[in-house]
Amino acid sequence: MATARIVRARVAGAVAPTTEGPAAIERFARRHRFRVYEAVPWLGAIAAYLMFPGYLPLAAQILATILFALSADLVLGYAGIVTLGQAAFFGTGAYTAGILAAHGWGEPVSGLLAAAAAAAAVGFLSGVVILRSRGLTLLMQTLVVAALLLEAANKASAITGGDDGLQGMQVWPIFGHFDFDLYGRTSFFYCFAILFLCWLLVRRLVHSPFGRSLTGIRENVGRMHAIGTPVFGRRLTVYTISAALAGISGALIAQTTGLVALDSLSLERSGTVLIMLIIGGVGRLYGAFIGVPLYMIAQDRFSSIEPVYWYFWIGLSMVLLVTFARGGVLGLCDRLRIRSR
Amino acid sequence: MPAPLSTALLIGFHGLAFAMVLYLISVGLSVTMGMMGFVNLAHGVFAMAGGYVLTGLMNSYGVPMAAALAAATVAVALASLPIERILYRRLYGGDELDQVLLTMGLVFMSAAAAQYLCGALQQPLRLPPDLNGGVRLGFGDVPVYDLLLIVCGALLVTALWLGIERSRFGAKIRASVDNLRMAQSIGIDTSRLFALTFALGSGLAALGGGLGASLITIAPSYALDNLVYFLIVVAIGGLGNLRGPFLAAVLVGLADSACKYLIPQFGAFFIYAMTMAILLWRPRGLFGRA
Repeated sequence: MATARIVRARVAGAVAPTTEGPAAIERFARRHRFRVYEAVPWLGAIAAYLMFPGYLPLAAQILATILFALSADLVLGYAGIVTLGQAAFFGTGAYTAGILAAHGWGEPVSGLLAAAAAAAAVGFLSGVVILRSRGLTLLMQTLVVAALLLEAANKASAITGGDDGLQGMQVWPIFGHFDFDLYGRTSFFYCFAILFLCWLLVRRLVHSPFGRSLTGIRENVGRMHAIGTPVFGRRLTVYTISAALAGISGALIAQTTGLVALDSLSLERSGTVLIMLIIGGVGRLYGAFIGVPLYMIAQDRFSSIEPVYWYFWIGLSMVLLVTFARGGVLGLCDRLRIRSR
Repeated sequence: MPAPLSTALLIGFHGLAFAMVLYLISVGLSVTMGMMGFVNLAHGVFAMAGGYVLTGLMNSYGVPMAAALAAATVAVALASLPIERILYRRLYGGDELDQVLLTMGLVFMSAAAAQYLCGALQQPLRLPPDLNGGVRLGFGDVPVYDLLLIVCGALLVTALWLGIERSRFGAKIRASVDNLRMAQSIGIDTSRLFALTFALGSGLAALGGGLGASLITIAPSYALDNLVYFLIVVAIGGLGNLRGPFLAAVLVGLADSACKYLIPQFGAFFIYAMTMAILLWRPRGLFGRA
């Protein structure tokens, strides 16, 4: 019974049974320190670079999508806001960077910053309006925000290219030096560096008092109100930050692929990022690093055969995951670890 | 006869017909969400299944439309029972996120299965010749099928309301929506009630999907493409009641039809904006309970 409760405890890092006394205090005091295993994703990425030079464009996409899933983890896993509209920010970022690049400003880093600012603005404005709601109402409102933006992008085809997608992006070399090459080497390192920086930021954020208060809001909002936490302000802040990160992710994909299409704002995009995150594990900071590569590599393998069946298998694995393996891959690891004790 | 009047008539009739279809599909969603507290994004799958069974029976086997409709409704209602039992039941009252993921997975699977079984093309609904064409109604021409949809819809809605208000089964459903624990305490077998309600809702969705196959085209991505519309009806109408979603469906149907005729360039934009405004004004929907 006790183990079951611990498995279900979704507080990040609180998986180990809490013992009383100095050991527990020590563990809490050290929880923000860097661990050896935290290097694994980055070493893995570099290993992938060395081992699969033919797949660098895919690897760059994976890195950028990890950032998207990380942004979703921040709102969903830490703040507990179930959103079906994360694509709103991804698409805003992608279109911002894309439109800049198509209209004569192809400088990538400033494009990213502009995308982050635009997505943060959308996140802040929509957050001010919707974040007072809860449950199904909030879910619907996040969905509607993304649907509104999708419709707007669809109708404003003079700027966005509408159904045909945005044409004619010209992305300049990074820092005027590193040209985007055909093999995706520059793209890879560009995405790698940006993801690393954003990950440091998110990691710092979730271990900060701010991040702890988000977890508190997720677990017991009434109590957080009672101890005087500005709940709405905290939720709005994290929603805005997450939007900016999603925007950067969209911009990265736009700049490295040279394409922006309407599907970057679609419900499908919001849904699949949740799926990737869940496959890895929610509210753990590393779920994105596991779920996204698993999903995207499998998609690359299977969908080259027949894209339709891919959706069948991903749907089936979602159903099985929810039914049998709640907590995703990392949740399974925890359960195995507890059982082996 | 003045042109604006006939346009208004056409918009009104088309909108009402669309509203009936929307209501039939969404009412089950409202009741299951209100009663079981389950965020069911896969409800459109049942409507899609109804549409596929109907068009399949009619186009391939020449079954008359009324018989095909009945078959589709019954088949989908029966098929929904094991799905509820095996997949849905364990998540009642559970985590919203799990429910979203499970039902999203079902939506994806349904899209792939539909394409595998019936191909990627739309399934046309070939109406019997009597139902094609228009009928002269006072001051303008109205499509017969729209009229039929409105009449059928109105009859079904009346029957449904009477059933829920007057029958013992309906009383149990209302009791469970109002207070689940109390309903269990006085001896209502809620798990059986859930299954029956779910089957009823799925059957109605199948009926709506079949009847509305000419308005909402039957294609593999049906459940995903129209999900937002079904959810909007439920969210505006409020959970767990019958009247709210009806008025919401009429509102959405008329607004959608008017937008498509008058300001096609804004398309669904207006509907989404309206939804957002209503949800901000009344977060629990127009008729939701606090």
